[in-house]
Amino acid sequence: MVRRQRTVAITIAGVLIIAAASHGQTRTSGSDYPERFGFGRAATHGEIDAWDIDVMPDGHGLPAGEGTAATGAGIYLRLCASCHGREGEGATAAPLVGADPESTPPFGPRYEAWRGDRPDVPYTIGNYWPYAATLYDYINRAMPSNAPGSLDADQVYGLVAWLLAKNGLISNDAIMNAETLPTVDMPARGIFVPVER
Amino acid sequence: MTQPLTRRDLLSRAAGTVGAAVIGSSKGSAQTQSNDTTKSPGGPPTELGLRSPHERLLRPTSGSNVSRTPHQDLFGSITPSDLHYERHHAGVPEIDPVGYQLLVHGMVERPTIFTLDDLKRFPAVSRIAFLECSGNYGRNAGPDSKPEQICGLTSQSEWTGVALSTLLREVGASSDATWLVAEGQDAAVMTRSVPMEKAWNDAMVAYGQNGEPIRPAQGYPARLFLPGWEGNANVKWLRRIELADRPFMTREETSKYTDPLADGTARQFSFVFDARSIITKPAYPETIEPGWVEIRGIAWSGRGTIARVEISSDGGRSWTNARLQEPVLPKAHVRFRHLWNWDGTNTEIMSRAVDETGYVQPSRDALRAARGRRARGYHLNPVTAWTIRPDGRVFYKEEPPW
Repeated sequence: MVRRQRTVAITIAGVLIIAAASHGQTRTSGSDYPERFGFGRAATHGEIDAWDIDVMPDGHGLPAGEGTAATGAGIYLRLCASCHGREGEGATAAPLVGADPESTPPFGPRYEAWRGDRPDVPYTIGNYWPYAATLYDYINRAMPSNAPGSLDADQVYGLVAWLLAKNGLISNDAIMNAETLPTVDMPARGIFVPVER
Repeated sequence: MTQPLTRRDLLSRAAGTVGAAVIGSSKGSAQTQSNDTTKSPGGPPTELGLRSPHERLLRPTSGSNVSRTPHQDLFGSITPSDLHYERHHAGVPEIDPVGYQLLVHGMVERPTIFTLDDLKRFPAVSRIAFLECSGNYGRNAGPDSKPEQICGLTSQSEWTGVALSTLLREVGASSDATWLVAEGQDAAVMTRSVPMEKAWNDAMVAYGQNGEPIRPAQGYPARLFLPGWEGNANVKWLRRIELADRPFMTREETSKYTDPLADGTARQFSFVFDARSIITKPAYPETIEPGWVEIRGIAWSGRGTIARVEISSDGGRSWTNARLQEPVLPKAHVRFRHLWNWDGTNTEIMSRAVDETGYVQPSRDALRAARGRRARGYHLNPVTAWTIRPDGRVFYKEEPPW
């Protein structure tokens, strides 16, 4: 869901320059093309709203509603724990919890120096998710995997709050909603570098 | 795991065939009575063609979301559609084409819904190109691994559809839009952000695969196709495209499909596949005979055409150029071949691709040095080798733990 205003925070366009040699096999800007073909029909606002469920990192698209770790705990246990483990440690599905080492991703020189004889740390929300709002987007669209799209906004906010609190990124009583969620400081925020091309 | 055939197995089977032929050759026929097809009419035409019952081509599946193209069993460069690899995030949806709709909105003048018939009315384009999953390297493969287990997550088709640029003009795409998000209608409602440069350049909304409607497992009735770019961004079962002035940072382009590096940073939006090749024959579980062997394989690059493929039959000490089968297309598998006279001694054979940009397929050691010990499984394209033992048996050259 996008508003047409410019947002400076995460614009990384301009870094992307497509490789110069373009192979025009599918290029079709045929000089015989009309300006418009007139195929398709106008989409209504209702139709767009029904499908436009995406949430941007800055919170655009987040709905009304709220939750805390406490409201999310029971939902997690009921719908998520069987695949992700009771504490988010992972089972048949990926681990979700684990922020060690603090403020360092689970790879690279700082991690290797910290690790010593410790067992390797998995990639988790705490150490490899750069944006908290993406949690809402993903859980809302795809989870639980046997009934995706079945959670209401309060349930998703509750799950997001539980996961963030478990990872030590918010306090147990922090209320997650459209205003607070995008402001959560994610340790992995700075490690991602867009590929230049 | 099936046991590899030994030369003795092969010889005894050949002897059995010869014996049967001798019994059946009382009238001097070269065929046995049971398989002499010249003495009675064959079968009628059929509405749907099938493979010979003697051929058993299958994609091995693993888990609930992957199947692999059996490259060791294929010729040429086109992958039969029913052997195209699969990688799904929430299964294959059953979509009725009558109700199918593609919504294009966001930074456009005219938010528009296209039906499948609408998409087919636009001028069509076709191109032959590979499609590959970015997790296409059997990093821990053992000696008894076939080519499908090393790199069975790449396949090649002739894709047909409407150029995305045609749709973008139709809806009046804003020149301020820099990214789009593509969304599928599978149960993962899969989303990926794609830069508009790619969308305007050679992206297409494909509905055809090798001359027929796209198979359900490849995105029926329509999918995004981004030549040379990682499979995950080629969103299947496409239902929505939204234009924006920034990427959406979905789960699949942040915590997944990003590449941690040895220096502690992670590459994001690493869409393009670097050049890669693999020898598909001879390969495990084959047994070869001393004498002439045609080494065959495939090579490809997401950046353009393959310039050359180098072959070593002495464990990497010397290299010679393989022949490339025309046409050598950009962003496409090319078949390479190299005649080799095997002297029956223990050795290793391997291939190394170089693309038109001069990029050289790296060694596993070089790749590991760049990506680090904790590299994830994405975009790994090292040179791989097959060991030929003196008895002719071929095994994958196992690598030390990553």
